Amino acid sequence: MKSFSNTYIFVFSSIMVVVVAAILSIAAMTLQPFQKKNVEINKKENILASINIESTAENAVELYDKYIVESYVVGHTGEVKEGVDAFEVDMKKEMAKPLEERNLPVFISLNDNEERQYILPVYGKGLWGPVWGYVSLQSNLSTIYGTNFSHEGETPGLGAEIATEDFQNQFIGKEIFNEKGEFVSVRVKKGGTAKPDSKYEVDGISGGTITSKGVDEMLNDCLKSYIPYFENIKNQ
Amino acid sequence: MNKEKEPLFSAKNLKLLREPLNDSNPITVQVLGICSALAITVQLKPAIVMALSVAFVMAVANVVISLLRKSIPPRIRIIVQLVVIASLVILVDQILKAFLFEISKQLSVFVGLIITNCIIMGRLEAFALANKPWPSFLDGLGNAAGYGVILIIVAFFRELLGSGTILDYQVIPQGVYNFGYENNGLMILPPMALIVVGIIIWIQRSRNKKLIESN
Repeated sequence: MKSFSNTYIFVFSSIMVVVVAAILSIAAMTLQPFQKKNVEINKKENILASINIESTAENAVELYDKYIVESYVVGHTGEVKEGVDAFEVDMKKEMAKPLEERNLPVFISLNDNEERQYILPVYGKGLWGPVWGYVSLQSNLSTIYGTNFSHEGETPGLGAEIATEDFQNQFIGKEIFNEKGEFVSVRVKKGGTAKPDSKYEVDGISGGTITSKGVDEMLNDCLKSYIPYFENIKNQ
Repeated sequence: MNKEKEPLFSAKNLKLLREPLNDSNPITVQVLGICSALAITVQLKPAIVMALSVAFVMAVANVVISLLRKSIPPRIRIIVQLVVIASLVILVDQILKAFLFEISKQLSVFVGLIITNCIIMGRLEAFALANKPWPSFLDGLGNAAGYGVILIIVAFFRELLGSGTILDYQVIPQGVYNFGYENNGLMILPPMALIVVGIIIWIQRSRNKKLIESN
């Protein structure tokens, strides 16, 4: 094989890197609006799923506009913050902030029976990466109306089961406040050990213990930060 | 233009397309690219998209490397190959995210992992660096087809037996379930892909005399 000088190798690699960088940046910039739209639609689908409305990429925007009547951001004391769009709030960034600075989004929906639901985003850690989702509460602010969980890369067949309806439907009808009005969250127990008649427990996933624990902590941590907001609503 | 040279689809060029489908199939004979074959064959649709993505990356990378083959310094050729593959894969990933979001979510990290698919680098190293663009293009397509065919066969059986659907359409009628038939949950788990690939290798070897080892 013919040999190349060091200068040639340097020039060759420099040109290659510049050309490749240019192509990729152009592609990324032209495709970005489409990608952003997809992420938005996906978020709307997830929010709708938490109030038990099935949607597809085609009708998600339409259904979202129909059912979600109001959305705003509250602070840790429960007061509404002006000038922040709840839909644009990135929970990953919010959870990294101290509680006092957090923006806590609330979405309010009206179902076909004119009942109000409060949809709250939750965000936490699974085994391999983040898990997140939406929890919707009935207007008594304690009974769970529906849930939707997503994950980045939990083990298929084990931790990834949190994204299935079988797991999520267990939460429907559970309470996050006990009879005395104390916050108890809904505990995700070790697979198969939740008491069937308990209003505050659901079964975790056998073999997906760390992911189940992650969901358990996520619900407890995120819902707890909304307690002052719940108080405000009840006092109104 | 090709009159004095060989025709575009000469016997030799056609062989480049045909051989990887059977005699030198990248998965069943060379046993390359198994990792992705296990991961994304639970359902047919992601498998088809994966096969098409690999075909695009492999064919284009082969052509690019073949065009540059005389100017690539041998000392950094592996890096050059990786850069070409990686940028093509990023392009595919971005396009999937923009236009096929659902499937891109299902394929998730495995699109990125096309970069490490040994079939692609194997073909660049073994073929494109020493051949003209057109044969390299055919070689890329042929090998991608050989890979894709196995992926699709495996995904077909895994989706049919594991979920009772084909391309998300229910094909096993409800009546059969009423008689006590159940979807085989094991088919959804990765080990079954290995077993299905194993069965394909077995059938192929017993039918193809060339692959039967004499010792």
